[in-house]
Amino acid sequence: MTPAGSLLAAHDLHKTYGSTPALDGASFSVHPGEVVAVMGPSGSGKSTLLHCLAGIVTPDSGTVTYGGRELSAMSDAGRSALRRTDFGFVFQFGQLVPELTCVENVALPLRLNGVKRKEAEGTALEWMARLEVDDVAAKRPGEVSGGQGQRVAVARALVATPKVVFADEPTGALDSLNGERVMELLTESARTAGTAVVLVTHEARVAAYSDRDVVVRDGRCRDLEYAV
Amino acid sequence: MSIGHTLLGLLESGPRHGYDLKRTFDEKFGHDRPLHYGQVYATMSRLLKNGLVEVDGVESDGGPERKRYAITDAGITDVAAWLAQPEKPEPYLQSTLYTKVVLALLTGRDAADLLDAQRSEHLRLMRILTDRKRQGDLADQLICDHALFHLEADLRWLELTAARLGRLAEVVLP
Ligand SMILES: Nc1ncnc2c1ncn2[C@@H]1O[C@H](COP(=O)(O)OP(=O)(O)OP(=O)(O)O)[C@@H](O)[C@H]1O
Ligand SMILES: [Mg+2]
Repeated sequence: MTPAGSLLAAHDLHKTYGSTPALDGASFSVHPGEVVAVMGPSGSGKSTLLHCLAGIVTPDSGTVTYGGRELSAMSDAGRSALRRTDFGFVFQFGQLVPELTCVENVALPLRLNGVKRKEAEGTALEWMARLEVDDVAAKRPGEVSGGQGQRVAVARALVATPKVVFADEPTGALDSLNGERVMELLTESARTAGTAVVLVTHEARVAAYSDRDVVVRDGRCRDLEYAV
Repeated sequence: MSIGHTLLGLLESGPRHGYDLKRTFDEKFGHDRPLHYGQVYATMSRLLKNGLVEVDGVESDGGPERKRYAITDAGITDVAAWLAQPEKPEPYLQSTLYTKVVLALLTGRDAADLLDAQRSEHLRLMRILTDRKRQGDLADQLICDHALFHLEADLRWLELTAARLGRLAEVVLP
């Protein structure tokens, strides 16, 4: 039941918190290297969908399939490993480890995958240069601007060349100039590396950086690929 | 805005006289620009010629003859096609979009679908402009940005209207 050629697909997801239905039959898919924007009103279930897709939240029913494997059939350890090796994350704010320098933050996913410190930080610096923040490498997150911090977070999400980057309102806290620069760098880097991006945003100008968009309303989203 | 389609849509609820059409149009859509009688009769004779309406009856209680118009099946199809076809995104098309939304509600069609179709049409143009901006020089960027901000404002209006469809229906439905 997954659209042909999709890398990651969700089918008929339901998730209820207490008596609040957060997802009510949501279906979604993304192809390798594709940038898909997830839009919709506040509280419609966008973040919940993203968390289910990334295996952070388990849906009450429905399936999430990644590379032909069903996430719910995997062990917790298996899902964590998948998140480390295949997924990258960017959130609105508060995601960098405050005690580490920016370059250490960017290098973290590689370190967790067992890469030696020197090599990891070398690769991290390359990504920081690509995102134009190599000059803040030695600073701690508390000492850089919001826009710089967000680019550091994007570098961290991309450093381990994941197959999918999940971004939840990555530009939500930035002014439009900084927000657009972050989107430009994120989508360009992702396209160069062949990384798919699932981008939650309520801003149309941010969504315009995507290849395709999906609207979530009342916990449901119509992914046109399923409408065939 | 297409007066022809709007008048046709108003006929869907039942046959009406020209003056009745004008009055209803002015009341619902013509706040700042009421129709002239001449416009109504010119439009109706065009619709008649194209087979989208037919004359349902003629009255002349002493005075001049008054035709009563009824919509044909072809007319209904024409309204449906107009509502389903998204407008070319451009600034200041709110009055057309507003008319389409109200008419969809009045004729029992899915106004949310109409807004969604318009939304993706807007976003499609925004993608094209964003792409052009990415490849262009500073002048291109500024020109594209101007259009992008306007389209974004339209989109916000579409979202807001989608969220208020229930209340709008209460207001416009008889
Ligand atoms: N951990 C949770 N506990 C309880 N309710 C939750 C939780 N997470 C989400 N919800 C509820 O589920 C619904 C969907 O929330 P979600 O965060 O997915 O919305 P969203 O589309 O991301 O909204 P926003 O644009 O405001 O971020 C909301 O009604 C929310 O209150
Ligand atoms: Mg959210």
